[in-house]
Parts: sequence; structure tokens; C-alpha cells
Amino acid sequence: MTIYDFIFYLFAAITILSAIMVISSENIVRSAFYLLATFFGVSGLYVLLGADFVAVTQIMVYIGGILILLLFGVMLTSNITHVEIRKGFSKVLPAIVAVGVLLGALVSVIMNTRWKIELSKIPETTSYGLGKLLITDYVLIFELLGILLLIALIGAASMARREKE
Amino acid sequence: MEVGLTHYLVVSSFLFAFGLYAIITRKNAILVLMGVELVLNAANINFVAFSRYGNLGLNGQLIALFVIILAAAEAAIALAIVLNIYKTFGHVNIDEIDNLKE
Repeated sequence: MTIYDFIFYLFAAITILSAIMVISSENIVRSAFYLLATFFGVSGLYVLLGADFVAVTQIMVYIGGILILLLFGVMLTSNITHVEIRKGFSKVLPAIVAVGVLLGALVSVIMNTRWKIELSKIPETTSYGLGKLLITDYVLIFELLGILLLIALIGAASMARREKE
Repeated sequence: MEVGLTHYLVVSSFLFAFGLYAIITRKNAILVLMGVELVLNAANINFVAFSRYGNLGLNGQLIALFVIILAAAEAAIALAIVLNIYKTFGHVNIDEIDNLKE
């Protein structure tokens, strides 16, 4: 087992175990903090795949932005000092069966497919290539996403601040 | 067995299944959102893994970046909706919400 394999299994274990804790934890704040570990593990997997810029973006946007947003949501909608946060699960058994069947099907398909693997040469740093693609091939999507993000944030702010008449 | 494409795909399908489980079973709207984030992360791992093992250049990584941007927009909008639901109903248990207004 090479050091690469060892690090992969480490990050995969972090990702999967903390994802299990996210979906099984009784406390919503704990779920949010386990989600942090999941995002961190996924960003480690990106580094192993040679995607350094995506990994850094994952940490900055997911952990720095989305997770903070989720935590704010938790704290604004639940009474944290009150221990009995109503959470609970519904329809656990059918969900486990359905998700288990889906997972089994996915994994067996992945295992039995003969993937045509052709290792791509990963450059020393990907930000040069990504930036070049962003302003050439993907410039329209790039601009549209900028506008979309602006609209979404303005809409979110105006929706969250609406007062009841 | 050396770590290859299959390993990454299996990890991502586990994340996808867990996210789906959270979406189906959780009652709190914010926990459902966390499930959605898990599913998006699973998709992202697939994009980046195929970008590495498929000799497709950096396109996969770029799509992963776009997915991250969309996830940020989606989280902001969803949190605003959740706050409005909380203002209207006093809770965010999505199985008890059957009206769009009072």
C-alpha cells in the first residue's frame, strides 16, 4: 500500500464516517459540525485528484460560506438553549431499504463496469488552466453564473427581511 | 488493489445515498438542506474524478466549480425560505407544513 492509498483511505473514512454522523445525529448543531468534517474530507479527496483550486474553493465556499449560513439557519429557527429541539425521523425503515437498494445497485454497477482509464496529465497548478478556460470556452456560463448569484443573493436578502403587514 | 477511479466513485455513491437518506427521513428543513449538500458533493467528486481519470482536461474541475457556485446560491435562497416558514408557522418541521400561507 503506497502513501497515496493510505491518505485516500484516511480521507474517505473521514468523509463517510462523518456523513453517517450527519444523517444519524440527534442534535442538529452536531449534524452541522459533522458536516464540516465531511466537507473537509471531500476537499482532501480533491487534492488527491490533483484539483488544488477546487479543493481550496471547497473549503472557502462550503465551510466558510454555506456551513456558516446553515448554522445561522439553525440558530435563527431553533431554540438552542432549549434542549428539546424537535427533530426526529419519519419513515426510517422504508428509507433504509430504498437507499440500501439504490446504493447496492450503484456500487455493483461501478464495480462491474470496465472503465476506460486514461490518466490525464495534471499540471503543476490548475488555476492557470482553469482561469484560461473561464474566459474562453466557458465565458458565457461564467457571466451568467455571476448574474445568477447576484440575483439569488438579492432575492434571499429581500425575502428574509420581508415584514408582515 | 491500487486506488483508482472505482474507489472515488464508490465513495461518492456512499455520499449520495446518505444525502438521499437525509432528504427522505429528516423532518427539520435545515437537515434536509444538509442532505442536499451531501448529494451535490457526491456529484462533484464524480466530476473531478472523471476529469482526472478520463483525460478530459480541466473541464470536469470547472463544472465542479460551477456546481459549488450554484450550491451557494441555493443555500442562500433556501435559508431565506426557511426563515420565512419559521416566521409564519413557528417551526420548520416540513412534514407539518401544508400551506403556502396562513
